[in-house]
Amino acid sequence: MDLTQVLEIASCTDPGMVRSHNEDSIAADAANGLVVLADGMGGYNAGEVASGMATTVIVTEMQQILANASPYQIDPRTNQEIARRLVREQVLKANTSIYQAAQSQPQYAGMGTTLVVALFYDNRVLVAHLGDSRLYLLRQNTLKQITRDHSLLQEQIDSGLITADQAKHAQHKNLVTRALGIDPSVEPEIHEYPARPGDLFLLCSDGLNDMVDDEDIAMTLQALGANLNLAAQQLVQMANDNGGRDNVSVILVRVLREYPGARGVMAKVFAWLK
Amino acid sequence: MAKLILSMDGLVLKEIPLTKERTTIGRKPHNDIQIDNLAVSGEHAVIVTILNDSFLEDLGSTNGTVVNGNPIKKHFLQNNDVIELGKYKLKFVGEAAPAAAADKADFEKTMVLRPSAMKAAADQAKAMGGGAQAAVAQRAAASQQVASAAAAAGVADKDITKTTPPAPKPAGQPLGAIQLLSGANAGKELELTKPLTTLGKPGVQVAVLTRRPQGYFITHVEGANRPMVNGQQIGPAPHALKDHDVIELAGVKMEFFLKA
Repeated sequence: MDLTQVLEIASCTDPGMVRSHNEDSIAADAANGLVVLADGMGGYNAGEVASGMATTVIVTEMQQILANASPYQIDPRTNQEIARRLVREQVLKANTSIYQAAQSQPQYAGMGTTLVVALFYDNRVLVAHLGDSRLYLLRQNTLKQITRDHSLLQEQIDSGLITADQAKHAQHKNLVTRALGIDPSVEPEIHEYPARPGDLFLLCSDGLNDMVDDEDIAMTLQALGANLNLAAQQLVQMANDNGGRDNVSVILVRVLREYPGARGVMAKVFAWLK
Repeated sequence: MAKLILSMDGLVLKEIPLTKERTTIGRKPHNDIQIDNLAVSGEHAVIVTILNDSFLEDLGSTNGTVVNGNPIKKHFLQNNDVIELGKYKLKFVGEAAPAAAADKADFEKTMVLRPSAMKAAADQAKAMGGGAQAAVAQRAAASQQVASAAAAAGVADKDITKTTPPAPKPAGQPLGAIQLLSGANAGKELELTKPLTTLGKPGVQVAVLTRRPQGYFITHVEGANRPMVNGQQIGPAPHALKDHDVIELAGVKMEFFLKA
């Protein structure tokens, strides 16, 4: 099912005010309802390589698979929808590629990347993430953080060592506890959420949420929601105006209308009409 | 605790912790920091320390007090400031030094924490917890600018809605405002305290005024026509606003001006 008429997507990425390289990488495929954002890490340009590999591998592999399958298809072996397995497998594939490149080429040793992937299908969105890149949702003018960072800070908050307020000013914001390409195996966190018309999803690297408060992010999305490209640019600009100490990337996805997956007889008719 | 490091010709002579509320500097022996040099006045300067903040004040010395190459009368001392008195140099090392470094460190490149490294880092984080407080002060300024909800000010027919409490303005930037020149609300004034203020009628013509460190900008958001500034339609890019620019949007004229 082609989602280009269902999803409005805008994105913006910027090296920020301090760094010379942009180690973030973003990709969007509106037709397949897939958006990917990765924030790479590692010396020299290894971070860019890792994040670039992550987005490329996941998008190209997913495109190939989705050309012949629908995410909500039932897998006869497990009796479950294939979406979750598909996304997980592509994430693992990207992990293996990055890990092997890091192992085989000394200049890439230790590289890795955070990741957030969102796949829209059948009035839903499937979200997989690793590390501290985030997904937010603006629904009825309230902004909610959907993903929970895999970071030392988040673990400290969860264990009650510090409060969320203290965390804003804490150190070690940069320490993530899960990432792609660091170890031979990895387990992405995957969840599924309903997506409704009017919902505005924001994927961002920590360069945004470290520099711009959630309140300001919400205000920007509310005020400039009519013009997604402008909203994306404005978010990046605000991060840069506040210091822009890290690469900043944002992807905005708005659901314009319902997009139920075609099933049963109708699906066969559509497939035949194609 | 903050301290001063006294040196001459790059040679460190001594370290002086700032324990007292007033630390005097001068040539005469009753000073807390005595510098026996003819270029230094009898009572040359004083450092007033209140909690974590130290202020340097010149006491009308003959040769003046220089901080980081600039002559000063009064100066809020910051970490690594160098006070020059004749040939002598006093380097101020603030208490916040480790925290300031940590503040930078937390924006270091993202790193992965392996389970083995995790415990060590967690312990370190706990030990360094105190440093967070100083970072709080620095960031507070930024977060104070946060205005609450985005109240779109409908200028055409409706009233200017919801005036949010004005946020403290960032230092050194004059506050901007717009005054309506035509329409039902002519004469009304709207202070631009928020980082973003949207103007116009949704669905017809909307523009946003953004408040940035460089000043105020107007950007077209939606509608077939872009807003006019001083009779000229603006481009798709943000347009910098100057004092007394006249904006025309959704049939309403308004003047942008900077408040003193």
